[in-house]
Amino acid sequence: MLDIKDLRVKIEDKEILKGINLSVRAGEVHAIMGPNGSGKSTLASALAGRNYFDITHGKILYEGKDLTELTPEDRARAGIFLGFQYPVEIPGVSMVNFLRAAINSKREYRGEKPLPAGDFLKLMREKKKVVEINSDLTNRSVNEGFSGGEKKKNEIFQMALLEPKLAILDETDSGLDIDALRIVANGVNKLRSPENATIVITHYQRLLDYIVPDFVHVLYKGRIVKSGDKKLAKELEEHGYDWIKQEVDLKA
Amino acid sequence: MTDQEKILNEVTDNDYKFGFHSKIETETIPKGLNEDVIRLISAKKEEPGWMTESRLKAFRHWQTMTMPDWAHLQIPDIDYQDIIYYAAPKKEAKYQSLDEVDPELIDTFNRLGIPLEEQKQLAGVAVDAVMDSVSVKTTFQDTLAELGIIFCSFSEAVKNHPDLVQKYMGSVVPYTDNFFAALNSAVFSDGSFCYIPKGIRCPMELSTYFRINTANTGQFERTLIIAEDDTYVSYLEGCTAPMRDENQLHAAIVEIVAMENAEVKYSTVQNWYPGDKAGKGGIYNFVTKRGICKGDNSKISWTQVETGSAITWKYPSCILKGHNSVGEFYSVAVTNNYQQADTGTKMIHIGKNTRSTIISKGISAGRSQNSYRGLVRVLKGAEYARNFSQCDSLLLGDKCGAHTFPYLEVDNRTAIVEHEATTSKIGEDQIFYCNQRGIDTENAISLIVNGYAKEVLNKLPMEFAVEAQKLLAITLEGSVG
Repeated sequence: MLDIKDLRVKIEDKEILKGINLSVRAGEVHAIMGPNGSGKSTLASALAGRNYFDITHGKILYEGKDLTELTPEDRARAGIFLGFQYPVEIPGVSMVNFLRAAINSKREYRGEKPLPAGDFLKLMREKKKVVEINSDLTNRSVNEGFSGGEKKKNEIFQMALLEPKLAILDETDSGLDIDALRIVANGVNKLRSPENATIVITHYQRLLDYIVPDFVHVLYKGRIVKSGDKKLAKELEEHGYDWIKQEVDLKA
Repeated sequence: MTDQEKILNEVTDNDYKFGFHSKIETETIPKGLNEDVIRLISAKKEEPGWMTESRLKAFRHWQTMTMPDWAHLQIPDIDYQDIIYYAAPKKEAKYQSLDEVDPELIDTFNRLGIPLEEQKQLAGVAVDAVMDSVSVKTTFQDTLAELGIIFCSFSEAVKNHPDLVQKYMGSVVPYTDNFFAALNSAVFSDGSFCYIPKGIRCPMELSTYFRINTANTGQFERTLIIAEDDTYVSYLEGCTAPMRDENQLHAAIVEIVAMENAEVKYSTVQNWYPGDKAGKGGIYNFVTKRGICKGDNSKISWTQVETGSAITWKYPSCILKGHNSVGEFYSVAVTNNYQQADTGTKMIHIGKNTRSTIISKGISAGRSQNSYRGLVRVLKGAEYARNFSQCDSLLLGDKCGAHTFPYLEVDNRTAIVEHEATTSKIGEDQIFYCNQRGIDTENAISLIVNGYAKEVLNKLPMEFAVEAQKLLAITLEGSVG
């Protein structure tokens, strides 16, 4: 589904990603872990199409197409979803209007007619159950006045509604208490299917107790320095990142 | 220039939808302004002597005045002798039925989306359409007449209801009020007159649509609304003009009188031609709008969506004379390219327990300048007066300006006056968030802007709100709704 080949990214003059290689197939869950400042969020932004940096080298192939040639909105319409680390507030814009615009632009891209209002509201009700979201939340403006936990739940709710093929969750666990964490993880698990894939970006192992990954990659100084299965995450939990840092820094 | 700015530039670069000119034969008088011209206008309109005298008095006063320069506007010199002060569609001067109206004229109004034919009036809006200087047709007049409501052109009112006109015209905005008010009082062309008799709730929205069609004409309309005790009326005003290189002058007066327990809701969607992208042409919109809450418990509410005009100078105001009377001002003012707007309100608290609310939302794009100017004045006797003002500015791009000039004059210690102001930019983060959900940048800006202005748009009558939303989208995005 996704093939990242030797991806290098610069912000101004600083190289943040220094040759990332990663393959994700349908049905898989990949966890990307790493210490702060290792380039995790930059990788997520590069996939979503944020343009404050330059891709200097390498390729991102999504379903065989060069992703970098698509605008951010076309990537979204083609099935890429980014769960934001810091979801932004849009005052005055109701969740209902916002999501309807989102769903209908996706349908238009696929050559489908807009979803009738009744069907849309029904769909909203169904998906709200998935993330155990308070119905009051969807009557409010996009993220406005939401608590940290509510914002993250709202991200998963949007993911449920938009049914992406590839979901990238950027530090979705940060700032969540244990109950919210469980709800968010449950939501993600319910949405898992053989047709879609998820990339979970996280600093801590604890989310991976709930969302069990097929692969774990460690990102450090702009490179994937170690890959393994879920056991790798456990090792990181026990020993921290230092042993990996040492390994890498010794080689350099 | 960053990509973000490029996108903003692209989406704010759009064309004016109503820039067509109708080939209607018009009768105009020569350019220029003097006592003879005023007598000529008065004669063309077959006015009684008192009206002619009133015009001349205003003209003589106007000659002693100079144009105000306190607004945050750069107004090029206006040659008042280079303007045509009267233009009327030719053919029959008076229309007895719709069949007599020039089909081209009907077509013009249809293109503007105003159905003149009553059978099309499913929305229940009574329309008085003013083209250049003459009121063309007032729909639903008979239905309203059964309730004793008078809704007609100002010229008709001068002829048929001289007592009311003489009693109230100039009672809220005297000709001595300001430069443009004096000019209007001298040369006003036509406009709407509305009288709601005691105890009547007007069952439909009353609407006037103004259009400047003829080149080099100024449109000086005059609107007078009188709401007697225990009445309610909702009044809508819309405006457009064709595209022209030269600037056209528009100086109107609107007066509202609300008696005891009367409520008047006045909504405007102003979409005059704003000039081209280089700032050439466009309408100068210098308007005096004022209402008086004369009786106790009366209420006047101004709602405006201002998207057009090269220069806007406009402060719809309320004089809260009756005890417990309420004044409201809800405004969205959008400026793009080289447009300039200096707009706001005045709330004058005279009676006890008077309350006023001001919600102003400015949106600036391109190289435009958008100012809010508002006065809240609480007089000595206005015990327990309350005002709440909120003035927000939204900037698109970094070449535009937003300014806020609040004036507070409080002479009563029991008064509570609150003022809040914010300035924000549409964030790159907000747009990217929308993009990531599949919403393109144009639609994202439209969503964000409409969300920002929601508090005001919600105050508009339903059909107007839809139009206003579209207008915001058109003004800022180039995607014709």
